Amino acid sequence: MNVFVCLARVPDTATRIQIAPDGKSIATDGVTFVINPYDELALEEGVRFKEAHDAELTVLHVGPEDFQKDLRQCLAKGADKAVHLKATGPMGPAGIAALLAEEIRPHLPAVVFTGKQAVDGDVGATGVMLAHELDLPVVTKISSFSVEGEKVVCTREIEGAVETIETSLPAVFTCEKGLNEPRRAGLKEIMAAKKKPLEVKEVTAPEPRLELVRLELPPERPEGRIIGEGVEAVPVLIDLLRNEAKVL
Amino acid sequence: MKSGILVVMEVRAGEVKRASFEALTAARGLKDALGGEVSCLVIGSDLDGPIEAVRGAGADRVLAARSEEVATYSTEGYGRAGLAAIEETNAGLILLPATALGRDLGPALAALSGAAYAAECTGLEMNDGALEVRRPVYAGKAVATVRSRTERLVASLRPNVFRIQEAEGASAAPVTELNFEPGPIRARVTDVKASSKDRPDVAEAEIVVAGGRGVGGPEGFAPLEELADVLGAGVGASRAVVDLGWRPHSEQVGQTGKVVSPNLYLAFGISGAIQHLAGMQTSKVIVAVNKDPNAPIFKVADYGIVGDLREIVPALKEALARELS
Repeated sequence: MNVFVCLARVPDTATRIQIAPDGKSIATDGVTFVINPYDELALEEGVRFKEAHDAELTVLHVGPEDFQKDLRQCLAKGADKAVHLKATGPMGPAGIAALLAEEIRPHLPAVVFTGKQAVDGDVGATGVMLAHELDLPVVTKISSFSVEGEKVVCTREIEGAVETIETSLPAVFTCEKGLNEPRRAGLKEIMAAKKKPLEVKEVTAPEPRLELVRLELPPERPEGRIIGEGVEAVPVLIDLLRNEAKVL
Repeated sequence: MKSGILVVMEVRAGEVKRASFEALTAARGLKDALGGEVSCLVIGSDLDGPIEAVRGAGADRVLAARSEEVATYSTEGYGRAGLAAIEETNAGLILLPATALGRDLGPALAALSGAAYAAECTGLEMNDGALEVRRPVYAGKAVATVRSRTERLVASLRPNVFRIQEAEGASAAPVTELNFEPGPIRARVTDVKASSKDRPDVAEAEIVVAGGRGVGGPEGFAPLEELADVLGAGVGASRAVVDLGWRPHSEQVGQTGKVVSPNLYLAFGISGAIQHLAGMQTSKVIVAVNKDPNAPIFKVADYGIVGDLREIVPALKEALARELS
């Protein structure tokens, strides 16, 4: 069974977002781009699976920008090879899923891990759409993963409850925080990663199914107001909540 | 875009989730502009109760996808039921709540039907005869307006944003039993364990009581929980305290947690890191209590109190208990 981990490139979550002059993208000056935090969990789970099952692990990235440094880091953390599917132009989850599927298909059967969503578009569709393309079952938002004989048992947090989900393999899994603690690569691994294969392939992404009309900052909240100090402010607060904000 | 709207109602433990009725209200609001009928789909094995709950809520038609195979959720089984309903109604717009279920099923339905997909939408408006959808991106640090390029769009709607309006004078909608083949199902839910506490989930709650590092430790959350119970609120947490292991990840509010927009958000001992603010700044009213008057959270708080939360929380709880009794 081969293992694939699919990674997105996103602005660090500490980024203050500004809109670019085109009104359709973010200003990238001074923005640090990182591997999507949920995909870091996917990578860790992929490495664990690979180690337990003596499989080959490939990391895949679809996108226009250079991502070599981050892909090398994945190789240092245990991936065997990396493939960057370099596409330009706007892309939606269906197009990304189609490109990933084309790359994975010749290597089936495969278990695929990716994040539950990328923290830029916050869509959370690529994993499900990839499973559809590959005709594999999918389990989204997993918070635990264990192989039990022929099947995999996962858990997922839903509103007010935890679901247990069983699936056969091969399958696609999308990862939620809490699943694992991603490892750091040691110096030896970082050196060894320099010799691992990293391939860049030029590809053409299908047209996105959504058209972006505009991107804007959310309406600003009115300037905050400090109503008092200490317990003396409590009756003031209750009065404001009841009579001004009318939320009680 | 094609006419007709299909709303996928979420049924959990025999109850139709409130967020589904929010989606139905949004659908009714668009009906005249888009044309066609508003149909509701319910999926499950024991549907008599849910069908009754949905029939009078203003849909033109109710579709029932009934099978033992879909007694619990599966992407595959529900996906086939949803696809059968899309084929039956030929709807151009498919709405569902952006709950865990909707966020899983939405992209599956888009893939199965070749539709565009918009997640966690907070606005649906007609502009120049076209449906424009607003959705927060970067956890709410920006808002995108999008349109479908295909004739069909699947949209999941963020809970607590679209307010439910009762359908006055709605008659009981006719019910159609759907013919669909749910299997084969390779990944399925085998067990559902309710979280031990009888408190609303932070993403669904109308009031959220949230704590950060200023709470002092895991035990510092006990007074916040008591306050939450007085208010019938959900409990939220900052990333810092989740990373410290004080609270479970299911309570994390922010960019790598949940994005919430309750009527009232009470933040205790939360300084207001940018990734936290992104997750709660669409709350209708924000209250912040922090000992540091320069904490960034005060910039977004409608009502801020500077002080020691260990004194303020119990006082607030007592006062609210009196106020609400």
